[in-house]
Amino acid sequence: MKRTSWIKLKESAIRAFLFTNGILAVVILVGIFFFLLYTSIPAFREVNIKEFFLSKNWDPTSPVKAEFGILSMVVSTLMVTLGALAIAVPIGIGVASYLSDVAHWRVREVVKPIVEVLAGIPSVVVGFLGIVLFGPAIAEVFGLSNGLNAINGSILLAIMAMPTIISISEDSLNAVPRAYSEASLALGASRWQTLIRVKIPAALSGIIAAVMLGMGRAIGETMTVLMATGNAPAFPKSFLSSIRTMTATIAIELGEVPYYTTHYYALFAIGLVLFVITFVVNLISDIILHKYQEREL
Amino acid sequence: MNFRKVLIGFICLSLLAAGPVFAKKKMIQVKGSDTMVNLVQVLAEAYMEKNRQNPIAVLGGGSGTGIAALINGTCDIASHSRPMKNKEIEMAKDRGVIPHRFIIAVDGLSVIVNEKNPVSKMVMDQIGAIYRGEITNWKEVGGADWPVSLYGRQSNSGTYVFFQEHVLGNQNYSQDMKQMNGNAQIIEGVSKDKYGIGYVGVGYTLDSDGTVRKGIKIIMVAKNAGATAYSPLDKAAVDSGDYPVARPLFQSSAGTPQGAVLDFIKFAISEEGQEIVEREGFFPIGSSHQEENKKNMK
Repeated sequence: MKRTSWIKLKESAIRAFLFTNGILAVVILVGIFFFLLYTSIPAFREVNIKEFFLSKNWDPTSPVKAEFGILSMVVSTLMVTLGALAIAVPIGIGVASYLSDVAHWRVREVVKPIVEVLAGIPSVVVGFLGIVLFGPAIAEVFGLSNGLNAINGSILLAIMAMPTIISISEDSLNAVPRAYSEASLALGASRWQTLIRVKIPAALSGIIAAVMLGMGRAIGETMTVLMATGNAPAFPKSFLSSIRTMTATIAIELGEVPYYTTHYYALFAIGLVLFVITFVVNLISDIILHKYQEREL
Repeated sequence: MNFRKVLIGFICLSLLAAGPVFAKKKMIQVKGSDTMVNLVQVLAEAYMEKNRQNPIAVLGGGSGTGIAALINGTCDIASHSRPMKNKEIEMAKDRGVIPHRFIIAVDGLSVIVNEKNPVSKMVMDQIGAIYRGEITNWKEVGGADWPVSLYGRQSNSGTYVFFQEHVLGNQNYSQDMKQMNGNAQIIEGVSKDKYGIGYVGVGYTLDSDGTVRKGIKIIMVAKNAGATAYSPLDKAAVDSGDYPVARPLFQSSAGTPQGAVLDFIKFAISEEGQEIVEREGFFPIGSSHQEENKKNMK
């Protein structure tokens, strides 16, 4: 009798422990959101909301007139992110298709872990590559005097987003039921036609989710863009301009900002905007991913 | 029963792990100016060779970062290449920290261009106009028909603030300036960029053997259009103030320096410390600075 009650107690303790762990992530997420909201709101006592979102000038330490416009950095962030996707998506899907359809299984067993290791390279190292390797190369190719610009950032972020895109796309291509491709081949389609018209459309929701996750990674990346894009706060004229992203601005300025000033609150407001963007991107990818898992069943 | 044993084991283990941390002697934390970090590191190494009982940890991060750390009580000495702002001093006092300031070296802030750039002399006003974004082509200052590519520091840097106040006439930097993360990155950028211009502490312009680094050229600067231009490497010109962008480099302690902190600052401004200052490419302090330092020791 005593023994069973002990087991029961243990059982419910374990249950409570696991429940706490499960709920913890939610609590942290909600906590961060409200903390950001709480520390952002005071910024708008002095900064006009419209000016905050629509002004191109960000110069909070200016001796003349402090300016708090985030348009340039939002555009910069979107530029490097979209640039990164333009590079990473075609290559990523190509690699995923190769791994799932073309490569011998032995090759796949070797290549896939290597691709996944790529995700573990520290961002400082990637940023350093941008300075010493890609920067001079880009300057050479485009006839510029330096390579610290949006293209450099895009290439580096593409490298960082690729492992996610490849890995999840390959999983979803593999999850397409064999019957689909067998039916397609039986109807006389070539392997290329089967891949393009049957397998990729069937795996599309997984691939889109992979792309969105890669995008989330690229938007939030800080160190790499901080090192490789030059950090000029001006509104970008083209992909060949130096840019300063939202993450870089926060990283550069939060270390020295006097606490509880408008500048301090404005940096948290940037953080909030960034949080909302990444949250939406992750939410969309999650919804798509769920849809695709349901269909598989 | 088992569960309790595991728990007790855990506690013992964590106590064991924490033991050495408690036993360890407190390190002196020096934080701040990126311009000064190499110099302070060498000073600290020389100091520790003789005083093994007083370990010193040196960190960069920028003058603003170091001052913030001093105010927040997370470092013992802040290195800064600009004076503390009134706002910062007030904030420190609000938190019960009274900063004591010492001048440990003098820096001839150097304006550098790529070695392929034919321009070798400039007037203060021209440099200011370039960084304000008013001059965007090298031909306007007597160079080739090249666009200007601006390199500068980030706003947490004392050099950024000093340059803005003394060279830009307290106006805004051009929004096209690339904001680099430290002196070394500016050197790296300008040495690869034919159109580049940058500003760095004079100590960074020299290689370990005392020659100017490959790929860059140091600009001679004149106070105004009629004046003679001087190089920041010219010790006499920096001392006399003929070189227009010379500045003192500071270290501040929280309250009157005591114990090892006092000892280290004394070492930095001693004859031996000043020899290191010179070896690292900066300039030793003069007698008026020494007197000011003495006053602040109390």
